[in-house]
Amino acid sequence: MAGWLNFRSLNQEGIVFAIAVVLFVAAAIGLPGFIDPNNLVAIVRSVSVLGILALGMAVVIIGRGIDLSAVAIMAMSVAWYLQLLNTGTPDGLAFAYVLAGVLAIGLLNGFLVAYADVPAIFVTLATGSFVFGYVRSQLITQDAVPVPQGHWVELLGGLRFLDVPIEVFVFAGLAFLFFLFLRYTKWGRYIYFAGDNPVAARNIGIPVRPMLVLRYVLSAFVALIAGLLTAASLHSINTRVVNSTLLYDIVLVAVIGGIGLSGGRGGVRNVLVGAALIGILLNAMTIIDIPLLYQNLIKAAILLGAIIVDGIINPRDEQTAQQGDI
Amino acid sequence: MKLIRTLMAAATALAVTAFVAPTFAADDPGPAAYAQALKGKRVMLVPLAMGFDLAQGWAHYLKKEVEAWGGTFETRDPNWVVDAGAQAITDAISSDTRPDVLIIHAPDLNSYSKLMKKAQAAGTYVILVDNPANFPADAFVGSDWDRLGQLEAEAAIKGCGENSSKKIGLVQGDQANSSSLYQYAGIMKVLDKHPDFKVVAKPDSNWDATTSRNVTTTMLQQNPDICSIIDFWDGDATGASAAIRDAKLDGKVFLVTTGGGEKAADCDKLNDGTYGAVVMTDLARQSGDMNAIIKFLLQSGQPAGTSHTYIYTLEKATTKADLKPDSCWDLKALQAEAAAK
Repeated sequence: MAGWLNFRSLNQEGIVFAIAVVLFVAAAIGLPGFIDPNNLVAIVRSVSVLGILALGMAVVIIGRGIDLSAVAIMAMSVAWYLQLLNTGTPDGLAFAYVLAGVLAIGLLNGFLVAYADVPAIFVTLATGSFVFGYVRSQLITQDAVPVPQGHWVELLGGLRFLDVPIEVFVFAGLAFLFFLFLRYTKWGRYIYFAGDNPVAARNIGIPVRPMLVLRYVLSAFVALIAGLLTAASLHSINTRVVNSTLLYDIVLVAVIGGIGLSGGRGGVRNVLVGAALIGILLNAMTIIDIPLLYQNLIKAAILLGAIIVDGIINPRDEQTAQQGDI
Repeated sequence: MKLIRTLMAAATALAVTAFVAPTFAADDPGPAAYAQALKGKRVMLVPLAMGFDLAQGWAHYLKKEVEAWGGTFETRDPNWVVDAGAQAITDAISSDTRPDVLIIHAPDLNSYSKLMKKAQAAGTYVILVDNPANFPADAFVGSDWDRLGQLEAEAAIKGCGENSSKKIGLVQGDQANSSSLYQYAGIMKVLDKHPDFKVVAKPDSNWDATTSRNVTTTMLQQNPDICSIIDFWDGDATGASAAIRDAKLDGKVFLVTTGGGEKAADCDKLNDGTYGAVVMTDLARQSGDMNAIIKFLLQSGQPAGTSHTYIYTLEKATTKADLKPDSCWDLKALQAEAAAK
């Protein structure tokens, strides 16, 4: 009976965590070199940018929203920044432009969702396309924009502490900050109320709308950081990433870790669990040298499996049935 | 005497002018026929995207030439989206201003086959560029990817040397694009002849630099003694090179890739040692080939879809040692030239 109860209390986060642990142990035993500290660092690094983006996405989703413009903001803001630098704009001015642009898009997203009452999924889909289209056609000339030689972004990419790349520390630091924000600040706690039941939250006097705006600004800003880290490592940014599956991977990391799309649930831990699973999975499959087609199939099968198991042991309740997901 | 000589000379000159000059001036039918066949014809280029070096280079050289003979040159930018490319081709075929020549950069072996057939049925010549497809186009202009793969493998073997680990890693593109599949086949052909060289891993980058970096990191982690890596495109080889740099293996791993021979993308990186060898496409010559076949088809009088020509671009693996000032073309210079107009 106790075992049954334990099984019942397993939620999606628990299931995904268990799968991640099983995979990790299996890979550690079966794959030579997997357990090597350098490989473990490589795993964390490979999901750092994804994880950072997922943190921003998580905060938005917990507040019952979604930000589909994250990848466009990430790639296009940095592409524009590098283009400005390459055409001779002073660094400080270029960065100020780009920061202003990023915050403006975050504000626009938030304003349209909060005050114009347009569903987040449409707003951010549209602003994402707008950002990509405008920057690509008006502000930059090439898909790939290189980092100028010797610029701080290039130096940032080479930065190591104890042989661990900088983006791992940025990911860890941001995760900790987001944890503090969500857990210990008033506005952080309010996000859960607003995500769980926006009308009730508003009735008890929570500033639901300004908070909504803040979340989208936060997400946009986090995207800029992720973009800078990407450019730092590759010494260039390729705007083609906007067409890739990165956006879905971000939502996936958040959702697979157990952050419900219906809002009000989850936290930083869920993002970490989701990122860990994806990281371990991709690394193990690369070591085994599984072709990309099968990698996608395996990834999809495991994720689908986790969702199905979650559906069985955590049936949808009255509330989600009524409100639906986003 | 002098008078007679002068008279004779004058008479001869007169005779020559009277007899020869009209023949040369009036009877060369070339320019008129050329102008009549080409004037006002429409050429459209549908690349995978307009935002990368190859497409921008082709467009530059094609536009210059097509407009010089009085034609119209247009491009469409599907921005790497296969559906958008299909839409662009469909619209072009059914529009009032249907192009007379359609130059298509196919995303994979099959996607556009039906559309290209429709274009030919409507009377439009179809030229495939760079990526072959399962379709009998009027002409294919581009790389023989199998041969290109062989050149890469030969460069990698040479870069490794006899006393190396003889371990080679591949970073493939994907499993759908013909350029990736044929490149792989070519590499394996050469490696089969050198059984002491081994491919230790062959992950896909999906043409994405971050993915290329991640898989290369893992590959080097598992096989730190790899002597050469072949990345299937310079567009994502920046990721493989980042992984090599991060593993502090610069100079120890000979990175081979292929690209359009653009200065910043290829020559600068050969020069600073990021790439060991690049199999570069001679873009100006490839565009010249396209221009020639366009001019030929439009004058041939042959209905679209009845001839099948393959024009492979001469490829060569270039290393730092054989870099010359004109090894690469400069996209920035072309853009400046276009902006100055």
